[in-house]
Amino acid sequence: MNSYIKQLRDGVVTNNPTVVQFLGMCPTLAVTTSVKNAIGMGFAVIAVLTCSNLFISLVRKFIPKEVRIASYIVIISGFVTAVELLIKAFLPALDESLGLFIPLIVVNCIILARAEAFASKNKPLPSIMDGISMGLGFTISLTVIASVRELLGAGTLFDYPVFGEWFSPAIIFILPSGAFLTLGFVVAAVQKIRNSSAERKRIEELKKRMNEE
Amino acid sequence: MDTNQNEKEIKEQTVSADGESGIEKTDGKKKIEFPEFLTVTSSPHIKSPDTTRSIMLDVIIGLIPALIWGVYIFGMRALTITLISVASCVLFEFLTQKLLHRPVTILDFSAAVTGILLAMNLSVAVPLWIPIAGAFFAIVVVKQIFGGIGKNVVNPALAARVFLFAWPGEMTRFVNPKTAIDPVSIGIDADIVAQATPLASLKHGELPNVSIFDMLIGNNAGCIGEVSALLLAAGGVYLLVRKVITWHIPVAFIGTVAVLTFVFPQGGANSLDFMLYEIFAGGLMIGAFFMATDYVTSPVTAKGKLIFGVGCGLITVFIRFFGGYYEGVSFSILIMNLLVWYIDKFTRPVKFGGKSNVKKQAEK
Repeated sequence: MNSYIKQLRDGVVTNNPTVVQFLGMCPTLAVTTSVKNAIGMGFAVIAVLTCSNLFISLVRKFIPKEVRIASYIVIISGFVTAVELLIKAFLPALDESLGLFIPLIVVNCIILARAEAFASKNKPLPSIMDGISMGLGFTISLTVIASVRELLGAGTLFDYPVFGEWFSPAIIFILPSGAFLTLGFVVAAVQKIRNSSAERKRIEELKKRMNEE
Repeated sequence: MDTNQNEKEIKEQTVSADGESGIEKTDGKKKIEFPEFLTVTSSPHIKSPDTTRSIMLDVIIGLIPALIWGVYIFGMRALTITLISVASCVLFEFLTQKLLHRPVTILDFSAAVTGILLAMNLSVAVPLWIPIAGAFFAIVVVKQIFGGIGKNVVNPALAARVFLFAWPGEMTRFVNPKTAIDPVSIGIDADIVAQATPLASLKHGELPNVSIFDMLIGNNAGCIGEVSALLLAAGGVYLLVRKVITWHIPVAFIGTVAVLTFVFPQGGANSLDFMLYEIFAGGLMIGAFFMATDYVTSPVTAKGKLIFGVGCGLITVFIRFFGGYYEGVSFSILIMNLLVWYIDKFTRPVKFGGKSNVKKQAEK
């Protein structure tokens, strides 16, 4: 059980796929114009990532090493097609706003990276957990970036106006340049938090050593 | 024997200095402060009477005539915007430096210069919160986050101006000279009619309906500090005489624009007229003399400065002729700012007796 909690923390905080590993930058920058889009994208990725991790982990012993990447892509694209058709059928509005980026999940680096780095070397259950935690980390980062962008660029959250009449939205945050700006700030903040916790650990260790001496 | 003893003494001194004032315990946190004689700086160790403060004062003196003209021609609201911009720049600099535990350097006037330049690049008809948002972006994002004075990658005032195009409606509303606007109301009346700047007319392929003389002295619509080409050039000459800047960047920048607009006049206009309008219009003068020459974001060598200036001129003309915006000076300077590292790398002077990069390549 403990190892699953560690996996969850790894995916969401310490090894967050978006703001620490910088994987899946294309959807991160492109679909974060609104919180709705970000959450929709995030859940689509969680679904695909969990299923593909499970499946790849199950068949990991049968896949010849030489053709593994191609096999992963086939498996991933199968799940992406399923998710795409489901979204088209049940959430046509989301399909409209995400558009091309749903089929593009096939080439999302996070999914291929987790397949290669984790699912192909681990048992099915940890692989499912890895898919869920990495997907969750991706979703949370996207939601944070998207809420900043939607709030400043449109003055709304989930399409509901947050500010009064006086607020004049800075449309730069909805434009691509705003995506880069916001991503930079979010990454800087996360790095600051990670560094300061590492620094605290180091200082505590130093203190301990000094006390011993 | 004697020298040995000396060395020992020095060593002891160092140790004791370290032991006494080196490590202080405050609130359980360790704070290391070295005495001044132990501070090692990198070369060169040449002393010069110039300080950041004296240079910034010279820049302010160079900008003052054009700024006074802007206040005269656009009314007291121009002064309000300038004061808000300068005050918020200095305040943001103070607050970030306090927050990041850096030495507070507001008295070197670099933040004040950024504030003045930012205000001079705004239209008089912007709402009064625009300079505050711009100051935040210039000082906190562009300057302090990258490490403070001397470490910003691009010119803070220009980056802020481009960031402020986040509000395109507010930023592109220009008014004619002597339009009465309430100096202290936050927004401005909707019935104040926006006017086309000379650059807008030039973009549409026709010469502006103001005379070249009016353009020269600055009797036309535009940003607060960019209208008077004559006074800006005078301020630039003052900086040249005071040796704050060298001639390379302004001459290369304005020269490139002049040549290109003379050779390729648009809309069937007379070459000379077209060239003069293009040179006097928009932010070319303030950009070439005051913004492109910023030490931090321009190349070091003379050759590098010429390349930098020509690049600025080329991009400016390309944007004015083919781009979506009327004005290209801000974008051209920002783009060239980002290329300074490469320019410096490729124009590195050859050491005395050494071989140039070209020769080295040839030998390989």
